[in-house]
Formats: sequence, C-alpha cells, structure tokens
Amino acid sequence: MAKNLNTENNYTLKKSSKVVKVVVYILLAIWTVVNLFPIYWMFTFSLKDNSEIFGANVAGLPTKWLWSNYAAAWNTGDMPRFFVNSIIVTVATILITLIASVMATYAITRIVWKGAKFTNSFFMLGLTIPVHSALVPIYKVLISMKLTNSFAALILPYSAFSLAMGILICTGFMAEIPKDIDEAAYIDGCTRWGIFFKIIVPLMKPAVATVSIYTFLQSWNEFMFASIFNTQSKYMTIPAGVQQLFGSYTTDWGPIGAALSIATFPTIVAYIFLNRKIQDSFIAGAVKG
Amino acid sequence: MNKRKMSTGIDVFLFLLPALILFGGILIAPIVMSGYYSLFDWHLVKGNQGFVGLANYKELFTSNSIAFTKALGNSLLLAAVSVFVQLPISLGLALLLGRGFKGERIFLSIFFLPVLISTVVIGQLWLKIYNPNYGLLNVALTSLGFEKFKDYTWLSSNSAIWACFIPTLWQFVGYHMLLMYAGVKSVPTEYREAAKIDGATEAQVDRYIVIPYIKGILKVSVIFAVTGSLKSYDMIKILLGSQKHSPVEVPTTRLINQIIERNNVGMGSAIAIILIILCFAFALIIGKVFKEDD
Repeated sequence: MAKNLNTENNYTLKKSSKVVKVVVYILLAIWTVVNLFPIYWMFTFSLKDNSEIFGANVAGLPTKWLWSNYAAAWNTGDMPRFFVNSIIVTVATILITLIASVMATYAITRIVWKGAKFTNSFFMLGLTIPVHSALVPIYKVLISMKLTNSFAALILPYSAFSLAMGILICTGFMAEIPKDIDEAAYIDGCTRWGIFFKIIVPLMKPAVATVSIYTFLQSWNEFMFASIFNTQSKYMTIPAGVQQLFGSYTTDWGPIGAALSIATFPTIVAYIFLNRKIQDSFIAGAVKG
Repeated sequence: MNKRKMSTGIDVFLFLLPALILFGGILIAPIVMSGYYSLFDWHLVKGNQGFVGLANYKELFTSNSIAFTKALGNSLLLAAVSVFVQLPISLGLALLLGRGFKGERIFLSIFFLPVLISTVVIGQLWLKIYNPNYGLLNVALTSLGFEKFKDYTWLSSNSAIWACFIPTLWQFVGYHMLLMYAGVKSVPTEYREAAKIDGATEAQVDRYIVIPYIKGILKVSVIFAVTGSLKSYDMIKILLGSQKHSPVEVPTTRLINQIIERNNVGMGSAIAIILIILCFAFALIIGKVFKEDD
C-alpha cells in the first residue's frame, strides 16, 4: 500500500498543472541566463577584436574566431609563470592540508583520550574566524623575516585556513570506517602508526578527493593574501597576476577575455568531471558546521 | 598493555602536531598578537611607540579620516541585502529544484557555477559590463532608448555601492541555493506525501513542511551571509581599486589601507579584532534568533 502511494506521489511535477510547469521552467530559464550570460560573454569576447566587441556584434558569437587572442594573453606579462606559480602553491597547499587533517582527524576520532572533543571544537573555530583577522601579524612576521614574495607566504596561510574544513570532511569519512577493524589490529599487536598507515589511510581515498577539491578551489582563486604578500611577478599566482596585468593592459579587450578564460579553464574542466563531488565538498562544511 | 597506554599521549601529540603547528602558528597566534598590537601605537617602520590602551578603538569610531563607521555601515548594508534579497532568491531556487523534475541536476550545476570562478575573473567581467563607453549595460540601456545612460559611470559616487553589491550577491546565490537544496532533498518523502493527501498545494508543502524542516540550514546560510558580508573585500577591491579615492569602503579595505599604506599595525589590528568580535557576535545572535523561533 505504502509502496503504491509512493509511486503515485513521488514528487515530480508530472501531476502539477501544465501552467505551473511552464512557469517554473520559465523562472529557471531566466535564472540560467542571468547566471551564464557573463560567462558566455567572457568566452565570446575572448575571441573577438575590439571593433566587434565595441561595435555591432556586442553579444553575439564572434564572426571570426580570433584564437590569436589566447596567444597574446599567454605572452603578456608573465602569464605562464603565474599559471605555474598557481599550480605550485595549490599542489603544496593540498598536500599539507591533507597530511595535517588526516593525521589530526585520526587522533581526534580513533584514539580514545580525554581532550579529543575539546580539540575538535578548537579546530572548528577555524570555520568561523575571518581569515583577514590573521593578516596583520602574518604580514608583519613575513616582512621581518623577509618572506614576502615567496611561495611559503601563501602556502602556509592557505593550508592553515583549509585545515578546519579538511578535518571536518575527514571526520565524516573516517566515522564510516568500522572501529572493529582497528581494534582487531590493535589486539594483534599492530601499533597506532601501523593501523594509521596500513588501514586508515588506504580507506580515506574518497575523503582525500573531497578535501583536495575543496582546497584546490580555495587556493586557486584566493586574491587578498595573494595580492598583498606576493607583489613580484616571480611569485604571483593567477588571480593577483591577472589583476595586476590589466592595469597596464586595458585597451585591447580580446586578450583580457582570453586571460580570464585561461584563469577559469582548470576550474571549469574540474567541474565538468567532478561536479557532484565538488558540490558535496561545499555541502559537507555547512551541514555539519 | 600498560606500556601501550603510556604511549597514547605521545601518539596523540604526534598525530596532532602538524595540524597544531599550522593552526596555532598561523591562525590562533596571529589573532592573539592582533589583540596585543591593537593596544599599542605600533608602526611597521618606526616600531612600537608605546602602550595606548583602547585609544586605537576609540579613534576608529571617532576619526573622520579613517571613516571606519561608514565602512562598517556599508558592510552591514551588504549583510542586510544579502539576507533579505539574496537568500530568498536562493531559497526560491532551492525549493523549485527540490520539487523534483527533469533537469534539476543540470540547473543545480549551472546555478552553482559562478561560486567556483575566481572573484578576480568575475570582477573583471563586471568591470567590462559597467564600462561607461563600451560596457554591455550602457549599450543595452541606450539601445532601449535610455539615452541618459550613454557614458554613465556606474562605478563612481552614489551608484558605486550597488554596482559593487550586485556582482557580489549574484556570485554567491548559487552557494546558498546548494546548501538549501541539500536540505530540501533531505525532507522525508512521507512528510510531503502526508501533506499532499491532506490536500496541501506544492506551495503549502514548501511553507509548512519543507521550510521548518530545513531551519538548521537556513540558520547556517544566514550566518554565512552576514559574516561573509562583514569580510567582503575582493569584489570591491577589484571593481574600485584603480580609483584614487574609492567611493565605497568596507572594514577590510580600511584594514588593508592602515597596514599597507600607513604601516599602522596597531590600528589595522584593532580593525581585525573588531571583525572577529562582530563575526562571533552575529553567529551567536543569529543562532539565538533561530532557537527562539521554535
């Protein structure tokens, strides 16, 4: 009976009137346009020249696809270097965040000791603390140690800021591993480090993916610290670099669009293949935090 | 067994060590240091000029040249618009998508996309949209016959604040929508069915079943929207950074101005501490408001 009801009323709009259905789709279509138009516009003007962008063909597809804009953007300033710098900073941040958060989560959730709960809430403070509030002392220390304009100036703060989310995500995944496994191994004489490396770490692959994606998005796009700490192009990441380049390069819009597209490209590719995981990583933090 | 118990403390410590170093050294210690600096007249170049107590805080709220209260007011305005305009849009989209019909995953993925793109990219795009001579906005308005918008500069004077707010809010509608959608999807189908059998319309189901059910997530969204507004920096810096006297200031732009341009560590730290206090205070108050509502 219940099953039958379920199929009768399984919350599709099939049962709603046609008018409602049409209205809903129109609303969603409008928001789709509002959402995608600026991004569509970026990709199209990245392939046009100024006469088209400023003239009759403001919003249409390019009449002639000027891929040369991409070459021009890539050869402007230090674009390839910014790109490589972003990769270095992002990869290092992901590695440090992963190691620190998987280890800490193990200590908090799998080892029985008194302060575990308190330690967890302590790390969770990181979800509420505005990162800007740490900026002044970090900047002061970096200046006095002559560490501004270095990769470490970004990698360390980014890792620290991603840590709370990393622990939160890992806690969810680690809770799903039955505790019997480590207890059995413990009785068999396995040390905690043995359990950690041989049992826990191999089972944490899905958590590793989720944390990596989240950390990637945070550090790939970060602008404030990037633009303040690293002002030499040798260490600049894409957001700060792109922002700086446009000060000196504002007349030709096509290559600017191309540079913006280049900066966005890795994110879009990741999103196409991993959209479910990316969305999950954002939900994980909010639902439990 | 005893030997093993003794090693527990060492193991816990070693497993926590990397996280403690990062978290303590780069987040907690700097905040404590900020609190300390904020009580001194401290310059990056000149060094510590002596203890001043709460004078930095007092100056923040009285000095016209720092214009901190105006900046704070702007970020509170952004918070209000975010809670009362942005979140309802997010909720509406989440409820619509949550009803379940063809293509909901595709719409969800499209609406979430702007969240993932760097604010620098989004900001640069909107700079082009707002461009007085060639920007999409003025081209569209003049072609619709609104001749007075020809060459109108949106990013100056009175319109600047809204020109900054719109892309900021636009970018994160999808973020809140995603959180709320996850909540909507967690509503047990039996609840919906029961209400439907009793003759409730879709809108009534949303109003009386779904919204109360996802209150926890709505609370999180409101907290994130308010604290996010207090912290906002990127979009305003990117849209207005090239102007000599930015027409819109927020607490974080004032903070950066104090530390980078004036090298005033004490004053910058005072702003940072106020931001932390406000973020925690708002999180507590919003939590209370949602609890009392029960």
